[in-house]
Amino acid sequence: MRKRPAFSQLCKAIKEGKFVFTGELEPKKILDLSEILHSAEEMKKTKKIIAANVTDGPQGDAYMSSLVPSYMVQEKVGLEAVWQMTVRDRNRVALFGDVIAGAVMGLKNILTLTGDHTALGDHKKGKAVYDLDSTQFCEMLTKMIDEGTDYEGNELVGGKIEINFGCVANPNALPPYLEPEILKVGRKVEVGVDFIQTQTAFDIDVAKNFLKELERYPVPVLLGVFPLKSYGIAWYFDKYIPGVSVPKDLLGALKKAEKDNKGDKKGKYAALDKINIEFFDPFIKEIKKTTKAAGIHCMAVEYERLFMPLLGDYEDLI
Amino acid sequence: MIITKLKDIDEIYNMIEPYSKILIVGCDGCCQPPRSLNEAKTLGQMLELKAKMNGKDLKYKAITCLRQCDDRIAGSTIKPHIEDYEAILSLACGIGPATLNRIFDDILTFPAQNSMFNGAESHGDNRYEEYCDCCGDCLLGVTGGICPVATCAKGLHNGPCGGQVEGKCEVGGYKYPCAWILIYERLKKFNRLDLFTKYRPPIDYRNMESPGHLTLLEEYTNEEEEVEE
Repeated sequence: MRKRPAFSQLCKAIKEGKFVFTGELEPKKILDLSEILHSAEEMKKTKKIIAANVTDGPQGDAYMSSLVPSYMVQEKVGLEAVWQMTVRDRNRVALFGDVIAGAVMGLKNILTLTGDHTALGDHKKGKAVYDLDSTQFCEMLTKMIDEGTDYEGNELVGGKIEINFGCVANPNALPPYLEPEILKVGRKVEVGVDFIQTQTAFDIDVAKNFLKELERYPVPVLLGVFPLKSYGIAWYFDKYIPGVSVPKDLLGALKKAEKDNKGDKKGKYAALDKINIEFFDPFIKEIKKTTKAAGIHCMAVEYERLFMPLLGDYEDLI
Repeated sequence: MIITKLKDIDEIYNMIEPYSKILIVGCDGCCQPPRSLNEAKTLGQMLELKAKMNGKDLKYKAITCLRQCDDRIAGSTIKPHIEDYEAILSLACGIGPATLNRIFDDILTFPAQNSMFNGAESHGDNRYEEYCDCCGDCLLGVTGGICPVATCAKGLHNGPCGGQVEGKCEVGGYKYPCAWILIYERLKKFNRLDLFTKYRPPIDYRNMESPGHLTLLEEYTNEEEEVEE
């Protein structure tokens, strides 16, 4: 990690050498945060999840801004948020304004993202902004954190903001697309990221190779995993999420589990959980044992019941 | 070239519907696909037919102009024709009708085309691709001659993004190449990955702001020509 202090619980735990887990919350077209807060509550109860990512309009859809849910998760639940911010919808002025607002609200982690293009979302006719790209946004955050200024060097009244920020990487990149992915991450490391959270990985060998490549950078990496709550979610993920493909046998097993337990909710849950645990338990254990990954970003959105069976053996983080 | 697309015939007809005599002006400039005299005549025939179907008699004349965006050329070419007409229909890019409206103050000029982008025909198969977004801060020297502003769907300066899958872009359903993979491949070919890895700060978007104005420095202007005028 850079010389920058660890301001967040997440970065502090990584600095202490703990193998960390982060979860994920996805505010959608909602007027009520109770489900998000319930999910956060369930994550907190496990004591294994140190922070929860709060997504910012994934797939380019118009959802609730991630700022307020991030704040509410910290304020109402007491679980640290990793506030996801894309550069798709805001220019540098709006990004700056939101970051200082988030800093005042006590947010300690930002995950910088480019953001899926509006052409993929539910407002396809909209203008995507991309005034800054995600690397330039990282540079802007570095100025705010290390120098206490905005992008143009104007001083921030009250000093420097105390936030750690990360970037994302795609662990599924294979040659010849692996090198540009690794070099791209290098630019972000150069402009000051504190941590990396990757897109979800299903192929252990590909993921391990990717982590090995990232070892050249002095930045901790949390590998993304995505437990599959249902066959429908797995299918959607496989079909629509850029760069992610769910193994065919896993898809088949989930489909069969749902078919075999039609009408039996309890039986279906048990069968689906068993498949996920059989796949992800050895996966996570091997990552922890054989790589330098600092932890796992577990994107089990609204699938909290899997956390304890999957992560119960790991040390408490909170 | 400026790549253009003909507007829907109904939209064109609705614009010129209040008039019974129109002058249709093609453009022989950089507008692509070509919209010259033949295209002006064809459009005239289509509008005439459509008018007939609506019980109306439309008179038109089709001419063309070397470059509608040049006020001197457009002025001298079109002026002798406009007297008998109530409206002008331009087949140029958007600059054409804008110029004609400026220089012919007493007659309205309507656009028959939508201007799409600055690009080129690259495959000889009726495909046009965007090459320049007029950002005012050309990056081609550090990107192997491939413009990320015009060719990356997000205009990123430090790509590729996570929407790149096996060299294809998420926008357009993974049909088109990722500009940043093309840049990577090209720079690698010339052993210039140093340019790829280099962080590029944001560009100065004031250069892209509208309305654009550019006054050439005195030393670069053709003084002789100005004296003659």
